[in-house]
Amino acid sequence: MSHVTFIEANGTEHKVDVENGISVMEAAISNSVPGIDGDCGGNCACATCHVYIDAKWQALTGSQSDMEHDMLEFAEGVEPNSRLACQIHMSDDLDGLVVRMPASQH
Amino acid sequence: MATAFKQSDDLMAAAREEAFSIPIDQIDVSDGTRFVNNTFWPFFERLRRDAPIHYCADSKFGPYWSVTRYKDIMAVDTNHAIFSSDAHLGGIAVADMDDDFILPMFIAMDPPKHDVQRKAVSPIVAPANLAVLEVLIRERAQKIFDNLPINEPFDWVDRVSIELTTQMLATLFDFPWEDRRKLTYWSDMATADPELPNTPSREEIQGILLECLQYFTNLWNERVNSEPKGDLISMMAHNPATRDMAPMEYLGNLILLIVGGNDTTRNSITGGLLFLNENPDQYEKLRNNHALVDTLVPEIVRYQTPLAHMRRTALQDTILGGQHIKKGDKVVMWYVSGNRDETEIENPNAFIIDRARPRQHLSFGFGIHRCVGNRLAEMQLKIVWEEILKRWPKIEVLEAPVRVASSFVKGYEKMMVRIPG
Repeated sequence: MSHVTFIEANGTEHKVDVENGISVMEAAISNSVPGIDGDCGGNCACATCHVYIDAKWQALTGSQSDMEHDMLEFAEGVEPNSRLACQIHMSDDLDGLVVRMPASQH
Repeated sequence: MATAFKQSDDLMAAAREEAFSIPIDQIDVSDGTRFVNNTFWPFFERLRRDAPIHYCADSKFGPYWSVTRYKDIMAVDTNHAIFSSDAHLGGIAVADMDDDFILPMFIAMDPPKHDVQRKAVSPIVAPANLAVLEVLIRERAQKIFDNLPINEPFDWVDRVSIELTTQMLATLFDFPWEDRRKLTYWSDMATADPELPNTPSREEIQGILLECLQYFTNLWNERVNSEPKGDLISMMAHNPATRDMAPMEYLGNLILLIVGGNDTTRNSITGGLLFLNENPDQYEKLRNNHALVDTLVPEIVRYQTPLAHMRRTALQDTILGGQHIKKGDKVVMWYVSGNRDETEIENPNAFIIDRARPRQHLSFGFGIHRCVGNRLAEMQLKIVWEEILKRWPKIEVLEAPVRVASSFVKGYEKMMVRIPG
């Protein structure tokens, strides 16, 4: 069990406990955290679980896959630290992860 | 009279009998006539069960593969490196584009050209602009609803669905207001099947679309010489990725935006009212809790599936679901079938307005070609239902709707309704 902090665009924080192996997108949806849609159910196919990774976690969460990069091409407000939350799976190493959400998923 | 709009059970029973008895290799789900009487469903049910990746050797559109299960459709839709959308290979519908009238448009392109052209127009549906559009759409919807007749039969398709989506489209293009029904006409012509009775010939349709190009070229010339503005034509005229488009490419992208912004939402507006009439318990639930509009909207889009399929062309030999697909083969993803796949969606044939994850459906496609206007479409439908519920507890569908004869555009030509007064 690890925990993730989600920060909405308006600054509201949501701290949730997540089983290891569960994606950050699933963690948000199953805990009713607003700001992440996850329309495709975790297939890296819709870009509606777009998040920004806090700087200190960037190395640990890895980099975008090719498909993830292609999908993020069409998201709004993409930054160098943008990721799709469905492509990040929780582990002990990520305990305490902080991600921020864009104003809306698009 | 409450069920006068329901289709014949006998017709469906006969279709089911046929679907489960004919040799599997003779099934051809691309036949538009089964979409007119809505009897195509059992054929997809059979394919999902017995041949989820199915080869049809002979159809009016030539040989093609059908992909009918949710997960297989997702696999094709997210593999743009193997499954091409290129117009020059036939494009994105089971009917190939005419060799002598190829319309390149970004939905029918592969990366990298697809990416830059899509990005040229996508700001129009970005969150900031949606907020601006929401006010406008609501005002217009209110005006349309306030002028509807009470206690008198009228055609919902014409008075509401077409009018609302056409007004929206005219706004996005900053199109001359009085001429806006031309957009509806061009949209219908772009998807018309010239082989059906009462439809213009292939040559006539091409002529009509060239008139569309001429009209829009005049608008382009106005806008290219003015300051950049927020409408789609101005955006294309001033963006380096689109400002030097050849005329047919301009026409192609126009058709894409017209059909994408018009037909699909139009038919979901009509479908939603039909489904609520077919499912009075769901209508009741909605009446008692207007907040359910949020989950109603994606359920309407799933249940309607306004584009029944998208097509790809294999760029290399590949294996899909154990079947050998050859380079050049036509592969059709039947969204309309995947959206009823019981292995992925619980109780998929039921219309349930408060599903836990209602946006998990295929109607917008997935992968890089996922509908660019999906959030705009949802917003339009949301406004429609919020404004309806403010006004009337019930709108009655009076008779079975007239359906479009196409296995691509799954829609309605007419649906008579009455607002009880």
